[in-house]
Amino acid sequence: MVSDRELQDKIINLELELLLEAIQKHYGYDFREYSRAHVKRRVMHYISLNSIPHISELQHRLLNDEHCFKKLLKELSINVTEMFRNPSFYKAVREKVVGILKTYPYIKIWHAGCSTGEEVYSFAILLQEEGLYDRAQIYATDFNGEVIKKAKTGSFSIRNIKDYTSNYQQSGGRESFSDYYHATDNRVIFDKNLSKNIVFAEHNLVTDGVFAEVNMIISRNVLIYFNRELQNKVLNLMDRSLVTGGFLGLGSKETIMFSEISAHYKAIDSKERIYKKTHG
Amino acid sequence: MAERFKYEAIVIGTSAGGLLTLKKMLPALPADFPCPIIVVQHISPQSDGYFIKMLDDICSLQVKEAVDTEQIKSGTIYFASPDYHLLIERDHTITLTMDEKVNYSRPSIDVLFETAAEAYGEKLIGLVLTGANADGASGLLKIKQYGGCTIVQNPEEAENPVMPEKAIRAVIPDHIADINEIVKILVKLCP
Ligand SMILES: C[S@@+](CC[C@H](N)C(=O)[O-])C[C@H]1O[C@@H](n2cnc3c(N)ncnc32)[C@H](O)[C@@H]1O
Repeated sequence: MVSDRELQDKIINLELELLLEAIQKHYGYDFREYSRAHVKRRVMHYISLNSIPHISELQHRLLNDEHCFKKLLKELSINVTEMFRNPSFYKAVREKVVGILKTYPYIKIWHAGCSTGEEVYSFAILLQEEGLYDRAQIYATDFNGEVIKKAKTGSFSIRNIKDYTSNYQQSGGRESFSDYYHATDNRVIFDKNLSKNIVFAEHNLVTDGVFAEVNMIISRNVLIYFNRELQNKVLNLMDRSLVTGGFLGLGSKETIMFSEISAHYKAIDSKERIYKKTHG
Repeated sequence: MAERFKYEAIVIGTSAGGLLTLKKMLPALPADFPCPIIVVQHISPQSDGYFIKMLDDICSLQVKEAVDTEQIKSGTIYFASPDYHLLIERDHTITLTMDEKVNYSRPSIDVLFETAAEAYGEKLIGLVLTGANADGASGLLKIKQYGGCTIVQNPEEAENPVMPEKAIRAVIPDHIADINEIVKILVKLCP
């Protein structure tokens, strides 16, 4: 016999399925292959926060009100980020990747899923210290236009600067971190020289095509939000965007191991999830 | 004849004092213990996971860090990674996320318990051990609401009683017991 709770659960899951379908059809954003338990948590959180009685009501509202959709998009795009998050990743890049990038006269780097930009500025600092910045073109993309706007300002809350300074030092930073920004009452604003070679743009890894051909892709803590099939698709997109001999840097819990592209990549630091494309 | 009811997974939540307690409890489970176990232990984001290796060495069951998208299998004890939430999908695979902290914690016990309740329903056992905060209490309630079995470590035995006490305030658990007793209950519930 099916209990009330089981029936209730079934209905919620069906409503969720329909909601994601409606969002895809109406707004073009496709969350159908995101980790479902995660999407469900965020949607349920959103409706309880906004006192919406059930998912069908949410669907009705957001189809009729783009502002409501934008708010849900914010709820679904987890923008948690840090400067020099996992300092050992940056250290490994300095030690194992920079030397090879230095052999190129011109390099292109793509940050996919860059959120509010903390990671992009961190990487810009690394490139500057390694003497690579002036030959670099940096693309930084995210599917959430609001975070791209913020990233462009290069201004971050001063609240976390202590942690960032310590991360920077552990990452192999050579200068005094405070030389890269000036502080106001509650913000730190990064030096314009760090952003002059960065292009920030909206790009959706699930629904858009190849962004550019690049020498290195950094996409950390983005794939974890996708189910395994979608991770595979997005890794294929990244593969098509990466030159042979190029580098792929993922988050510490992400791997290419389960994907089709793994056959022509070699881990140059398996703990830090830095891979090299060995052939096309 | 109706098919014999079987539990399909056990979820465990703990913080302060948890490692010592787990070190006492997990090695006592037999090698043929049929249920997978998923553990959230609050731990510093910088932890290198040495304790996983240590536990693997002393347990008959395999102990490992849970990997994003992997299938949960019996014979295995999975630990949540420091600084990531661990969620369970309906198809019994693992999802990791770096969403905001919940109850000041990442990984959060509530996040594990709530998603596990939805994935396993009444075939789930939830267990709250020693700890210094309220994480896990509302998750345990959800396990109960979904018909699962709830167990809480006896606060008097717990190195830190706060987490068991909060859990007992949130639900009337099926069992409140010392660690030795909990091992016996688990073995009995999962033959
Ligand atoms: C947790 S943040 C990671 C930020 C940064 N890379 C880091 O590791 O600190 C994940 C980011 O991925 C973005 N994202 C999610 N789905 C995306 C998609 N389909 N295309 C592009 N960006 C996406 C989110 O908007 C969010 O900013």
